[in-house]
Amino acid sequence: MGQEYPVEENEQVRAYMRHKILIPIAENDVAPRFDLAAEILIAEVEDDCIVSKRTIVMQHPSAEDLCAMILRENVRVLICNGIEEEYFQYLHWKNVRVVDSVMDTYAQALDFYLQGKI
Amino acid sequence: MPQAGASTAGFSLWADMLEKGLDLGKVVDSLPVGIMFLSRDKRVLYVNTALEILTGFNRREVLGKKSIQFLRPDFCSEGCPLHDLQGKDDSIVLNGNIIDRNRKKVQTRHTLSALFDGQGRILGYMETVEDVHLEPGQEISRGMPETVGGLLGNCQEMQKIFGMVPIVGQTDSSVLITGETGTGKDLLAEAVHENSPRSKGAFIKVNCGALPENLLESELFGHRKGAFTGAVEDKPGWFKMAHNGTLFLTEIGDLPLALQVKLLTFLDDMVIYPLGSTKGVQVNVRIIAATHRNLEEMVKSGDFRQDLLFRLNVIRLHLPPLRNRGDDIRLLLHHFLNRFSRQMNKKIKGFSAEALHLLGAYSYPGNVREIRNILEYAAALCQGERIRREHLPEYMRCGRDHASEPEQKQNTADGVLEAKAVSPEKSWPEVEREMILNALVKSGGKKSRAAEILGWGRSTLWRKMNRYGLT
Repeated sequence: MGQEYPVEENEQVRAYMRHKILIPIAENDVAPRFDLAAEILIAEVEDDCIVSKRTIVMQHPSAEDLCAMILRENVRVLICNGIEEEYFQYLHWKNVRVVDSVMDTYAQALDFYLQGKI
Repeated sequence: MPQAGASTAGFSLWADMLEKGLDLGKVVDSLPVGIMFLSRDKRVLYVNTALEILTGFNRREVLGKKSIQFLRPDFCSEGCPLHDLQGKDDSIVLNGNIIDRNRKKVQTRHTLSALFDGQGRILGYMETVEDVHLEPGQEISRGMPETVGGLLGNCQEMQKIFGMVPIVGQTDSSVLITGETGTGKDLLAEAVHENSPRSKGAFIKVNCGALPENLLESELFGHRKGAFTGAVEDKPGWFKMAHNGTLFLTEIGDLPLALQVKLLTFLDDMVIYPLGSTKGVQVNVRIIAATHRNLEEMVKSGDFRQDLLFRLNVIRLHLPPLRNRGDDIRLLLHHFLNRFSRQMNKKIKGFSAEALHLLGAYSYPGNVREIRNILEYAAALCQGERIRREHLPEYMRCGRDHASEPEQKQNTADGVLEAKAVSPEKSWPEVEREMILNALVKSGGKKSRAAEILGWGRSTLWRKMNRYGLT
Protein backbone atom coordinates (compact mmCIF):
# COMPACT_ATOMS: atom_id res chain seq x y z
CA MET A 1 0.00 0.00 0.00
CA GLY A 2 2.54 2.52 1.15
CA GLN A 3 5.25 3.96 -0.95
CA GLU A 4 8.79 2.63 -0.61
CA TYR A 5 11.10 5.27 0.81
CA PRO A 6 14.87 4.99 0.41
CA VAL A 7 16.69 3.92 3.57
CA GLU A 8 20.22 5.20 3.79
CA GLU A 9 22.82 2.55 4.39
CA ASN A 10 24.77 2.62 7.68
CA GLU A 11 22.05 4.79 9.09
CA GLN A 12 23.13 5.57 12.64
CA VAL A 13 19.84 6.82 14.02
CA ARG A 14 17.81 3.74 14.82
CA ALA A 15 14.79 3.13 16.90
CA TYR A 16 16.63 1.63 19.88
CA MET A 17 18.25 4.94 20.85
CA ARG A 18 16.03 7.56 22.48
CA HIS A 19 15.63 10.38 19.99
CA LYS A 20 13.15 12.85 18.58
CA ILE A 21 11.30 12.78 15.28
CA LEU A 22 9.57 15.83 13.88
CA ILE A 23 6.75 15.66 11.34
CA PRO A 24 5.06 18.77 9.91
CA ILE A 25 1.37 17.83 9.81
CA ALA A 26 -1.87 18.97 8.19
CA GLU A 27 -4.93 17.34 9.76
CA ASN A 28 -4.08 13.60 9.74
CA ASP A 29 -1.50 13.80 6.98
CA VAL A 30 2.14 14.66 6.68
CA ALA A 31 1.92 18.34 5.62
CA PRO A 32 2.37 18.68 1.86
CA ARG A 33 4.87 21.51 2.31
CA PHE A 34 7.58 21.98 4.94
CA ASP A 35 7.56 25.76 4.42
CA LEU A 36 3.78 26.07 4.77
CA ALA A 37 3.15 23.72 7.69
CA ALA A 38 1.14 25.35 10.43
CA GLU A 39 1.35 22.41 12.85
CA ILE A 40 4.05 19.94 13.80
CA LEU A 41 4.27 16.69 15.67
CA ILE A 42 7.29 15.84 17.81
CA ALA A 43 7.54 12.20 18.86
CA GLU A 44 10.16 10.70 21.16
CA VAL A 45 11.12 7.16 20.24
CA GLU A 46 12.98 4.51 22.20
CA ASP A 47 13.27 0.75 21.64
CA ASP A 48 10.99 0.83 18.62
CA CYS A 49 8.27 2.45 20.67
CA ILE A 50 6.86 5.93 20.86
CA VAL A 51 7.57 7.26 24.33
CA SER A 52 5.83 10.63 23.98
CA LYS A 53 4.05 12.69 21.37
CA ARG A 54 3.12 16.34 21.29
CA THR A 55 1.84 18.72 18.67
CA ILE A 56 2.78 22.35 18.36
CA VAL A 57 0.86 24.97 16.40
CA MET A 58 3.19 27.42 14.69
CA GLN A 59 2.51 31.13 15.05
CA HIS A 60 2.87 31.37 11.31
CA PRO A 61 4.25 28.93 8.73
CA SER A 62 7.98 29.46 8.17
CA ALA A 63 10.70 27.14 6.97
CA GLU A 64 13.34 29.14 8.85
CA ASP A 65 11.43 28.94 12.14
CA LEU A 66 10.95 25.21 11.65
CA CYS A 67 14.67 24.68 11.04
CA ALA A 68 15.45 26.68 14.21
CA MET A 69 12.98 24.58 16.19
CA ILE A 70 14.44 21.33 14.85
CA LEU A 71 17.88 22.36 16.08
CA ARG A 72 16.59 23.76 19.39
CA GLU A 73 14.68 20.55 20.13
CA ASN A 74 17.61 18.33 19.12
CA VAL A 75 15.45 16.53 16.57
CA ARG A 76 17.36 13.70 14.90
CA VAL A 77 14.89 12.79 12.15
CA LEU A 78 12.60 14.96 10.06
CA ILE A 79 9.84 13.20 8.14
CA CYS A 80 8.18 15.55 5.66
CA ASN A 81 6.75 15.76 2.17
CA GLY A 82 7.82 18.70 -0.05
CA ILE A 83 10.92 20.54 1.14
CA GLU A 84 13.17 22.89 -0.78
CA GLU A 85 16.75 21.87 -1.45
CA GLU A 86 18.31 24.66 0.63
CA TYR A 87 16.50 23.56 3.83
CA PHE A 88 17.18 19.90 3.08
CA GLN A 89 20.89 20.56 2.67
CA TYR A 90 21.05 22.83 5.72
CA LEU A 91 19.44 20.21 7.99
CA HIS A 92 21.58 17.45 6.49
CA TRP A 93 24.65 19.58 7.29
CA LYS A 94 23.34 19.91 10.86
CA ASN A 95 23.22 16.08 11.10
CA VAL A 96 19.45 15.87 10.90
CA ARG A 97 18.25 12.93 8.83
CA VAL A 98 15.59 14.19 6.41
CA VAL A 99 13.12 11.77 4.83
CA ASP A 100 11.09 13.73 2.30
CA SER A 101 8.30 13.11 -0.24
CA VAL A 102 6.32 11.09 2.33
CA MET A 103 2.74 11.24 1.04
CA ASP A 104 0.86 9.44 3.79
CA THR A 105 -0.89 10.07 7.08
CA TYR A 106 1.52 10.95 9.86
CA ALA A 107 0.47 7.78 11.76
CA GLN A 108 1.48 5.65 8.76
CA ALA A 109 4.71 7.61 8.44
CA LEU A 110 5.56 6.91 12.09
CA ASP A 111 4.74 3.22 11.64
CA PHE A 112 6.98 2.98 8.58
CA TYR A 113 9.77 4.61 10.53
CA LEU A 114 9.41 2.28 13.52
CA GLN A 115 9.35 -0.71 11.17
CA GLY A 116 12.55 0.50 9.54
CA LYS A 117 10.85 1.03 6.19
CA ILE A 118 11.99 4.61 6.06
CA MET B 1 -31.80 23.69 -33.68
CA PRO B 2 -28.66 23.14 -35.70
CA GLN B 3 -26.33 23.74 -32.72
CA ALA B 4 -28.16 21.35 -30.46
CA GLY B 5 -28.09 18.76 -33.21
CA ALA B 6 -24.39 19.30 -33.81
CA SER B 7 -23.56 19.00 -30.10
CA THR B 8 -25.65 15.84 -29.74
CA ALA B 9 -23.90 14.37 -32.76
CA GLY B 10 -20.53 15.37 -31.28
CA PHE B 11 -21.44 13.80 -27.95
CA SER B 12 -22.52 10.51 -29.48
CA LEU B 13 -19.38 10.44 -31.62
CA TRP B 14 -17.31 10.95 -28.48
CA ALA B 15 -19.24 8.25 -26.59
CA ASP B 16 -18.77 5.95 -29.58
CA MET B 17 -15.02 6.59 -29.60
CA LEU B 18 -14.78 5.78 -25.89
CA GLU B 19 -16.88 2.64 -26.36
CA LYS B 20 -14.58 1.48 -29.12
CA GLY B 21 -11.70 1.67 -26.67
CA LEU B 22 -10.17 5.07 -27.37
CA ASP B 23 -6.97 5.16 -25.34
CA LEU B 24 -7.54 8.42 -23.47
CA GLY B 25 -4.25 7.96 -21.63
CA LYS B 26 -2.36 7.96 -24.91
CA VAL B 27 -4.16 11.10 -25.99
CA VAL B 28 -3.34 13.09 -22.84
CA ASP B 29 0.19 11.70 -22.79
CA SER B 30 0.83 13.31 -26.16
CA LEU B 31 -0.14 16.76 -24.89
CA PRO B 32 2.63 19.18 -23.90
CA VAL B 33 0.85 20.41 -20.78
CA GLY B 34 0.72 18.58 -17.43
CA ILE B 35 -2.67 16.95 -16.86
CA MET B 36 -4.01 14.83 -14.03
CA PHE B 37 -7.39 13.27 -13.37
CA LEU B 38 -8.68 13.04 -9.83
CA SER B 39 -11.39 10.98 -8.23
CA ARG B 40 -14.31 12.57 -6.39
CA ASP B 41 -12.31 12.38 -3.13
CA LYS B 42 -9.45 14.21 -4.90
CA ARG B 43 -7.07 11.28 -5.21
CA VAL B 44 -4.84 10.82 -8.22
CA LEU B 45 -6.30 8.58 -10.94
CA TYR B 46 -3.99 9.44 -13.81
CA VAL B 47 -0.95 11.64 -14.42
CA ASN B 48 0.19 12.32 -17.96
CA THR B 49 3.80 12.25 -19.14
CA ALA B 50 4.23 16.03 -19.14
CA LEU B 51 3.22 16.19 -15.46
CA GLU B 52 5.55 13.29 -14.65
CA ILE B 53 8.38 15.32 -16.17
CA LEU B 54 7.30 18.52 -14.41
CA THR B 55 7.04 16.95 -10.96
CA GLY B 56 9.73 14.28 -11.27
CA PHE B 57 7.37 11.60 -9.94
CA ASN B 58 6.49 8.45 -11.82
CA ARG B 59 2.71 8.02 -12.10
CA ARG B 60 2.90 4.57 -10.46
CA GLU B 61 4.29 6.14 -7.28
CA VAL B 62 1.45 8.62 -6.88
CA LEU B 63 -1.67 6.77 -8.02
CA GLY B 64 -4.22 6.81 -5.20
CA LYS B 65 -2.38 9.56 -3.31
CA LYS B 66 -4.20 12.76 -2.42
CA SER B 67 -3.57 15.34 -5.15
CA ILE B 68 -2.34 17.89 -2.62
CA GLN B 69 0.22 15.37 -1.31
CA PHE B 70 1.52 14.68 -4.79
CA LEU B 71 1.51 18.15 -6.31
CA ARG B 72 2.23 20.19 -3.16
CA PRO B 73 0.97 23.55 -4.45
CA ASP B 74 1.23 26.57 -2.18
CA PHE B 75 -2.39 27.68 -2.59
CA CYS B 76 -3.79 24.48 -1.05
CA SER B 77 -2.58 25.56 2.38
CA GLU B 78 -5.44 28.07 2.40
CA GLY B 79 -8.07 25.44 1.58
CA CYS B 80 -8.68 23.19 -1.37
CA PRO B 81 -9.82 25.26 -4.37
CA LEU B 82 -11.63 22.20 -5.75
CA HIS B 83 -14.33 22.83 -3.13
CA ASP B 84 -15.19 26.01 -5.02
CA LEU B 85 -16.02 23.94 -8.08
CA GLN B 86 -18.88 22.00 -6.48
CA GLY B 87 -21.89 22.22 -8.78
CA LYS B 88 -20.24 24.60 -11.22
CA ASP B 89 -19.47 23.86 -14.82
CA ASP B 90 -16.71 26.41 -15.17
CA SER B 91 -13.05 26.31 -14.25
CA ILE B 92 -10.68 28.02 -11.86
CA VAL B 93 -7.25 29.31 -12.85
CA LEU B 94 -4.67 29.68 -10.10
CA ASN B 95 -1.08 30.78 -10.15
CA GLY B 96 1.27 29.40 -7.59
CA ASN B 97 4.25 27.15 -7.09
CA ILE B 98 4.90 23.49 -6.44
CA ILE B 99 7.92 21.64 -5.07
CA ASP B 100 9.14 18.92 -7.41
CA ARG B 101 10.87 15.68 -6.52
CA ASN B 102 14.26 17.35 -6.84
CA ARG B 103 13.19 19.79 -4.11
CA LYS B 104 12.99 22.66 -6.56
CA LYS B 105 10.25 25.25 -6.34
CA VAL B 106 8.56 25.61 -9.73
CA GLN B 107 6.26 28.51 -10.64
CA THR B 108 3.08 27.05 -12.07
CA ARG B 109 -0.36 27.88 -13.41
CA HIS B 110 -3.18 25.48 -12.58
CA THR B 111 -6.56 25.15 -14.28
CA LEU B 112 -9.06 23.13 -12.30
CA SER B 113 -12.36 21.86 -13.63
CA ALA B 114 -14.94 19.38 -12.43
CA LEU B 115 -16.06 16.46 -14.63
CA PHE B 116 -19.79 15.79 -14.67
CA ASP B 117 -21.87 12.84 -15.77
CA GLY B 118 -25.07 13.16 -17.84
CA GLN B 119 -27.12 13.91 -14.70
CA GLY B 120 -24.84 16.74 -13.59
CA ARG B 121 -23.17 14.76 -10.80
CA ILE B 122 -19.49 15.25 -10.23
CA LEU B 123 -17.50 12.27 -11.47
CA GLY B 124 -14.12 13.66 -10.62
CA TYR B 125 -11.79 16.51 -11.49
CA MET B 126 -9.23 17.43 -14.08
CA GLU B 127 -6.27 19.67 -13.37
CA THR B 128 -3.83 21.04 -15.88
CA VAL B 129 -0.47 22.31 -14.66
CA GLU B 130 1.77 24.58 -16.72
CA ASP B 131 5.30 25.59 -15.90
CA VAL B 132 5.37 29.38 -16.04
CA HIS B 133 9.00 29.62 -15.01
CA LEU B 134 10.75 32.36 -16.98
CA GLU B 135 13.70 31.35 -19.10
CA PRO B 136 17.02 33.09 -18.41
CA GLY B 137 16.94 36.43 -20.16
CA GLN B 138 13.15 36.52 -19.86
CA GLU B 139 13.24 37.88 -16.32
CA ILE B 140 11.01 40.82 -15.63
CA SER B 141 13.23 43.85 -15.81
CA ARG B 142 13.68 45.39 -12.38
CA GLY B 143 15.11 48.56 -13.79
CA MET B 144 13.11 51.27 -15.44
CA PRO B 145 12.35 50.06 -18.93
CA GLU B 146 12.11 52.49 -21.83
CA THR B 147 9.10 50.66 -23.18
CA VAL B 148 6.25 48.67 -21.68
CA GLY B 149 3.60 46.92 -23.74
CA GLY B 150 4.22 49.06 -26.82
CA LEU B 151 4.28 52.33 -24.87
CA LEU B 152 7.43 54.35 -25.32
CA GLY B 153 8.81 57.15 -23.21
CA ASN B 154 11.78 58.49 -21.31
CA CYS B 155 10.17 61.29 -19.33
CA GLN B 156 9.86 60.96 -15.60
CA GLU B 157 6.09 60.52 -15.58
CA MET B 158 6.17 57.71 -18.15
CA GLN B 159 9.05 55.98 -16.36
CA LYS B 160 7.02 56.10 -13.17
CA ILE B 161 4.10 54.44 -14.96
CA PHE B 162 6.36 51.79 -16.54
CA GLY B 163 7.73 50.97 -13.09
CA MET B 164 4.21 50.63 -11.70
CA VAL B 165 2.85 48.30 -14.39
CA PRO B 166 4.41 45.05 -13.04
CA ILE B 167 3.36 45.96 -9.49
CA VAL B 168 -0.19 46.89 -10.48
CA GLY B 169 -0.33 43.72 -12.59
CA GLN B 170 0.26 41.53 -9.57
CA THR B 171 -2.69 43.00 -7.66
CA ASP B 172 -6.28 42.20 -8.53
CA SER B 173 -7.63 45.66 -7.79
CA SER B 174 -9.65 47.75 -10.21
CA VAL B 175 -7.61 50.20 -12.24
CA LEU B 176 -8.72 53.56 -13.61
CA ILE B 177 -6.63 54.93 -16.47
CA THR B 178 -7.08 58.57 -17.35
CA GLY B 179 -5.51 60.70 -20.03
CA GLU B 180 -6.30 62.62 -23.16
CA THR B 181 -7.22 60.90 -26.39
CA GLY B 182 -4.28 59.20 -28.10
CA THR B 183 -2.07 58.97 -24.99
CA GLY B 184 -2.07 55.15 -24.97
CA LYS B 185 -4.74 54.18 -22.45
CA ASP B 186 -5.60 50.99 -24.35
CA LEU B 187 -1.95 49.93 -24.58
CA LEU B 188 -1.46 50.58 -20.87
CA ALA B 189 -4.53 48.51 -19.98
CA GLU B 190 -3.21 45.66 -22.10
CA ALA B 191 0.24 45.96 -20.49
CA VAL B 192 -1.32 45.68 -17.02
CA HIS B 193 -3.21 42.56 -18.16
CA GLU B 194 -0.09 41.03 -19.72
CA ASN B 195 1.84 41.61 -16.50
CA SER B 196 -0.86 40.02 -14.35
CA PRO B 197 -1.50 36.40 -13.37
CA ARG B 198 -4.56 36.66 -15.64
CA SER B 199 -2.41 37.06 -18.75
CA LYS B 200 -3.40 33.62 -20.06
CA GLY B 201 -7.06 34.59 -19.68
CA ALA B 202 -9.06 36.77 -22.03
CA PHE B 203 -8.57 40.51 -22.38
CA ILE B 204 -11.84 41.92 -23.58
CA LYS B 205 -12.16 45.55 -24.56
CA VAL B 206 -15.56 47.20 -24.48
CA ASN B 207 -16.22 50.75 -25.66
CA CYS B 208 -18.97 51.96 -23.34
CA GLY B 209 -19.86 54.83 -25.64
CA ALA B 210 -20.19 52.81 -28.81
CA LEU B 211 -23.53 51.12 -28.27
CA PRO B 212 -27.03 52.19 -27.22
CA GLU B 213 -27.89 51.47 -23.58
CA ASN B 214 -30.13 48.43 -24.10
CA LEU B 215 -27.74 46.78 -26.49
CA LEU B 216 -24.76 47.52 -24.25
CA GLU B 217 -26.50 45.92 -21.26
CA SER B 218 -27.17 42.75 -23.21
CA GLU B 219 -23.63 42.69 -24.63
CA LEU B 220 -22.03 43.27 -21.22
CA PHE B 221 -24.12 41.06 -18.98
CA GLY B 222 -25.55 38.60 -21.52
CA HIS B 223 -29.15 37.48 -21.80
CA ARG B 224 -31.34 34.41 -21.50
CA LYS B 225 -33.29 33.01 -24.39
CA GLY B 226 -36.61 34.84 -24.64
CA ALA B 227 -35.51 37.80 -22.50
CA PHE B 228 -36.61 40.17 -25.27
CA THR B 229 -37.77 40.01 -28.87
CA GLY B 230 -34.93 38.59 -30.91
CA ALA B 231 -33.23 36.83 -28.00
CA VAL B 232 -33.47 33.44 -29.67
CA GLU B 233 -30.73 31.84 -27.64
CA ASP B 234 -28.70 32.34 -24.46
CA LYS B 235 -25.84 34.81 -24.84
CA PRO B 236 -23.00 34.76 -22.32
CA GLY B 237 -22.04 38.46 -22.42
CA TRP B 238 -18.59 40.02 -22.16
CA PHE B 239 -18.36 39.62 -18.39
CA LYS B 240 -18.79 35.86 -18.68
CA MET B 241 -16.40 35.74 -21.64
CA ALA B 242 -13.76 37.56 -19.61
CA HIS B 243 -13.96 34.96 -16.80
CA ASN B 244 -10.48 34.49 -15.31
CA GLY B 245 -9.30 37.42 -17.41
CA THR B 246 -9.64 41.18 -17.65
CA LEU B 247 -12.52 43.32 -18.87
CA PHE B 248 -11.34 46.68 -20.17
CA LEU B 249 -14.12 49.27 -20.14
CA THR B 250 -12.92 52.14 -22.26
CA GLU B 251 -14.78 55.45 -22.30
CA ILE B 252 -16.30 54.56 -18.94
CA GLY B 253 -17.48 58.18 -18.69
CA ASP B 254 -20.00 57.39 -21.44
CA LEU B 255 -21.56 54.49 -19.52
CA PRO B 256 -25.28 55.19 -18.99
CA LEU B 257 -26.34 55.74 -15.36
CA ALA B 258 -28.54 52.62 -15.32
CA LEU B 259 -25.59 50.45 -16.28
CA GLN B 260 -23.36 52.21 -13.76
CA VAL B 261 -25.60 50.72 -11.05
CA LYS B 262 -25.23 47.23 -12.55
CA LEU B 263 -21.46 47.61 -12.74
CA LEU B 264 -21.44 48.78 -9.14
CA THR B 265 -23.34 45.64 -8.10
CA PHE B 266 -20.81 43.50 -9.90
CA LEU B 267 -17.86 45.25 -8.25
CA ASP B 268 -19.47 44.65 -4.86
CA ASP B 269 -20.17 40.94 -5.07
CA MET B 270 -18.64 39.73 -8.38
CA VAL B 271 -22.02 38.43 -9.54
CA ILE B 272 -23.72 39.36 -12.80
CA TYR B 273 -27.40 39.03 -13.62
CA PRO B 274 -27.98 38.33 -17.34
CA LEU B 275 -31.07 39.98 -18.86
CA GLY B 276 -34.12 37.81 -18.29
CA SER B 277 -32.48 35.80 -15.53
CA THR B 278 -33.16 36.00 -11.82
CA LYS B 279 -30.18 33.78 -11.07
CA GLY B 280 -26.82 35.48 -10.66
CA VAL B 281 -23.66 34.13 -12.24
CA GLN B 282 -20.40 34.35 -10.31
CA VAL B 283 -17.54 35.53 -12.51
CA ASN B 284 -13.91 36.17 -11.73
CA VAL B 285 -13.07 39.27 -13.74
CA ARG B 286 -10.68 42.13 -13.17
CA ILE B 287 -11.97 45.52 -14.26
CA ILE B 288 -9.76 48.12 -15.89
CA ALA B 289 -11.58 51.30 -16.87
CA ALA B 290 -10.35 54.22 -18.92
CA THR B 291 -11.65 57.60 -19.87
CA HIS B 292 -10.53 60.91 -21.31
CA ARG B 293 -13.24 62.68 -19.32
CA ASN B 294 -12.92 64.32 -15.93
CA LEU B 295 -14.92 61.90 -13.81
CA GLU B 296 -14.77 64.10 -10.72
CA GLU B 297 -16.46 66.88 -12.69
CA MET B 298 -19.01 64.39 -14.01
CA VAL B 299 -19.78 63.31 -10.45
CA LYS B 300 -20.41 66.95 -9.53
CA SER B 301 -22.74 67.40 -12.49
CA GLY B 302 -24.57 64.17 -11.64
CA ASP B 303 -23.52 62.32 -14.80
CA PHE B 304 -21.39 59.75 -13.05
CA ARG B 305 -22.02 57.90 -9.81
CA GLN B 306 -19.64 58.84 -7.03
CA ASP B 307 -19.76 55.35 -5.46
CA LEU B 308 -18.75 53.79 -8.80
CA LEU B 309 -15.88 56.24 -9.11
CA PHE B 310 -14.67 55.25 -5.62
CA ARG B 311 -14.73 51.56 -6.56
CA LEU B 312 -12.98 52.02 -9.89
CA ASN B 313 -10.44 54.47 -8.55
CA VAL B 314 -8.53 51.89 -6.46
CA ILE B 315 -5.41 52.29 -8.57
CA ARG B 316 -5.22 55.33 -10.80
CA LEU B 317 -2.79 55.67 -13.66
CA HIS B 318 -2.70 59.00 -15.45
CA LEU B 319 -1.03 59.22 -18.84
CA PRO B 320 0.40 62.70 -19.45
CA PRO B 321 -0.36 64.52 -22.72
CA LEU B 322 2.47 64.48 -25.24
CA ARG B 323 3.00 68.27 -25.01
CA ASN B 324 4.07 67.77 -21.36
CA ARG B 325 6.48 64.95 -22.10
CA GLY B 326 9.49 67.04 -23.20
CA ASP B 327 12.03 65.08 -25.23
CA ASP B 328 9.66 62.16 -25.71
CA ILE B 329 8.38 63.94 -28.85
CA ARG B 330 11.78 63.53 -30.46
CA LEU B 331 12.01 59.92 -29.31
CA LEU B 332 8.61 59.15 -30.81
CA LEU B 333 9.40 61.01 -34.04
CA HIS B 334 12.43 58.83 -34.66
CA HIS B 335 10.66 55.67 -33.50
CA PHE B 336 7.74 56.11 -35.90
CA LEU B 337 9.99 57.32 -38.73
CA ASN B 338 12.06 54.12 -38.45
CA ARG B 339 8.94 52.01 -38.30
CA PHE B 340 7.23 53.50 -41.35
CA SER B 341 10.45 53.76 -43.31
CA ARG B 342 10.96 50.04 -42.79
CA GLN B 343 7.33 49.16 -43.48
CA MET B 344 7.27 51.16 -46.72
CA ASN B 345 10.70 49.95 -47.86
CA LYS B 346 12.11 53.47 -47.92
CA LYS B 347 15.52 54.77 -46.96
CA ILE B 348 14.46 57.78 -44.92
CA LYS B 349 17.19 58.64 -42.43
CA GLY B 350 15.90 61.73 -40.66
CA PHE B 351 14.32 65.17 -40.81
CA SER B 352 15.38 68.47 -42.32
CA ALA B 353 16.00 71.23 -39.75
CA GLU B 354 12.86 73.09 -40.83
CA ALA B 355 10.64 70.01 -40.62
CA LEU B 356 12.08 69.13 -37.23
CA HIS B 357 11.40 72.65 -36.00
CA LEU B 358 7.77 72.46 -37.16
CA LEU B 359 7.30 69.02 -35.62
CA GLY B 360 8.90 70.13 -32.34
CA ALA B 361 6.76 73.27 -32.07
CA TYR B 362 3.42 71.56 -32.71
CA SER B 363 1.19 70.89 -29.69
CA TYR B 364 -0.20 67.45 -30.75
CA PRO B 365 -3.75 67.63 -29.41
CA GLY B 366 -4.19 64.05 -30.68
CA ASN B 367 -1.07 63.00 -28.75
CA VAL B 368 0.85 59.85 -29.78
CA ARG B 369 -1.84 58.73 -32.22
CA GLU B 370 -1.49 62.04 -34.03
CA ILE B 371 2.31 61.95 -34.16
CA ARG B 372 2.09 58.44 -35.62
CA ASN B 373 -0.40 59.53 -38.28
CA ILE B 374 1.71 62.57 -39.22
CA LEU B 375 4.79 60.39 -39.61
CA GLU B 376 2.87 57.80 -41.65
CA TYR B 377 1.69 60.58 -43.96
CA ALA B 378 5.16 62.13 -44.24
CA ALA B 379 6.89 58.80 -44.84
CA ALA B 380 4.40 57.97 -47.59
CA LEU B 381 5.09 61.27 -49.39
CA CYS B 382 8.84 61.37 -48.88
CA GLN B 383 10.90 59.99 -51.76
CA GLY B 384 14.32 61.04 -50.49
CA GLU B 385 16.38 60.45 -47.38
CA ARG B 386 14.93 63.23 -45.26
CA ILE B 387 11.47 64.33 -44.26
CA ARG B 388 11.11 67.94 -45.41
CA ARG B 389 8.59 70.67 -44.71
CA GLU B 390 6.59 69.83 -47.83
CA HIS B 391 6.08 66.25 -46.66
CA LEU B 392 4.20 67.37 -43.56
CA PRO B 393 0.39 67.78 -43.52
CA GLU B 394 -0.80 71.14 -44.74
CA TYR B 395 -2.22 72.27 -41.41
CA MET B 396 1.25 71.98 -39.90
CA ARG B 397 2.94 73.81 -42.76
CA CYS B 398 0.44 76.67 -42.42
CA GLY B 399 1.23 76.88 -38.74
CA ARG B 400 -2.34 76.04 -37.74
CA ASP B 401 -2.61 74.32 -34.43
CA HIS B 402 -5.79 72.35 -33.87
CA ALA B 403 -5.45 72.70 -30.13
CA SER B 404 -6.11 76.40 -30.39
CA GLU B 405 -9.10 76.04 -32.68
CA PRO B 406 -12.45 76.50 -31.02
CA GLU B 407 -14.80 73.54 -31.06
CA GLN B 408 -17.53 73.85 -33.63
CA LYS B 409 -21.16 73.09 -33.15
CA GLN B 410 -22.81 71.32 -35.98
CA ASN B 411 -26.19 72.74 -36.79
CA THR B 412 -28.72 70.01 -36.75
CA ALA B 413 -32.45 69.97 -36.52
CA ASP B 414 -32.46 69.99 -32.73
CA GLY B 415 -28.84 70.77 -31.97
CA VAL B 416 -28.36 67.37 -30.32
CA LEU B 417 -25.22 66.43 -32.16
CA GLU B 418 -22.17 68.13 -30.90
CA ALA B 419 -19.33 67.69 -33.33
CA LYS B 420 -15.93 67.76 -31.79
CA ALA B 421 -13.34 69.66 -33.73
CA VAL B 422 -12.32 67.19 -36.40
CA SER B 423 -9.04 65.86 -35.11
CA PRO B 424 -6.35 65.80 -37.74
CA GLU B 425 -5.47 62.25 -36.75
CA LYS B 426 -8.91 61.00 -37.78
CA SER B 427 -9.91 60.18 -41.30
CA TRP B 428 -13.33 61.14 -42.63
CA PRO B 429 -14.70 57.57 -42.44
CA GLU B 430 -13.68 57.47 -38.75
CA VAL B 431 -15.41 60.78 -38.08
CA GLU B 432 -18.50 59.69 -39.99
CA ARG B 433 -18.64 56.41 -38.06
CA GLU B 434 -18.38 58.35 -34.80
CA MET B 435 -21.19 60.66 -35.91
CA ILE B 436 -23.43 57.67 -36.64
CA LEU B 437 -22.65 56.14 -33.26
CA ASN B 438 -23.34 59.44 -31.48
CA ALA B 439 -26.64 59.78 -33.29
CA LEU B 440 -27.60 56.19 -32.42
CA VAL B 441 -26.74 56.79 -28.78
CA LYS B 442 -28.79 60.00 -28.71
CA SER B 443 -31.75 58.30 -30.39
CA GLY B 444 -31.63 55.32 -28.05
CA GLY B 445 -30.85 52.98 -30.96
CA LYS B 446 -33.79 54.13 -33.13
CA LYS B 447 -32.45 54.30 -36.66
CA SER B 448 -35.17 56.53 -38.09
CA ARG B 449 -34.57 59.10 -35.35
CA ALA B 450 -30.78 58.80 -35.82
CA ALA B 451 -31.20 59.40 -39.56
CA GLU B 452 -33.30 62.48 -38.78
CA ILE B 453 -30.61 63.83 -36.42
CA LEU B 454 -27.96 63.32 -39.06
CA GLY B 455 -30.14 64.86 -41.76
CA TRP B 456 -29.91 61.72 -43.89
CA GLY B 457 -32.51 59.37 -45.32
CA ARG B 458 -32.99 56.02 -43.54
CA SER B 459 -31.54 54.11 -46.48
CA THR B 460 -28.42 56.32 -46.48
CA LEU B 461 -27.95 55.65 -42.77
CA TRP B 462 -28.51 51.91 -43.29
CA ARG B 463 -26.00 51.82 -46.16
CA LYS B 464 -23.36 53.67 -44.14
CA MET B 465 -23.96 51.52 -41.04
CA ASN B 466 -23.39 48.48 -43.23
CA ARG B 467 -20.19 49.99 -44.61
CA TYR B 468 -18.83 50.63 -41.11
CA GLY B 469 -19.91 47.28 -39.74
CA LEU B 470 -22.44 48.80 -37.35
CA THR B 471 -25.33 46.50 -38.17
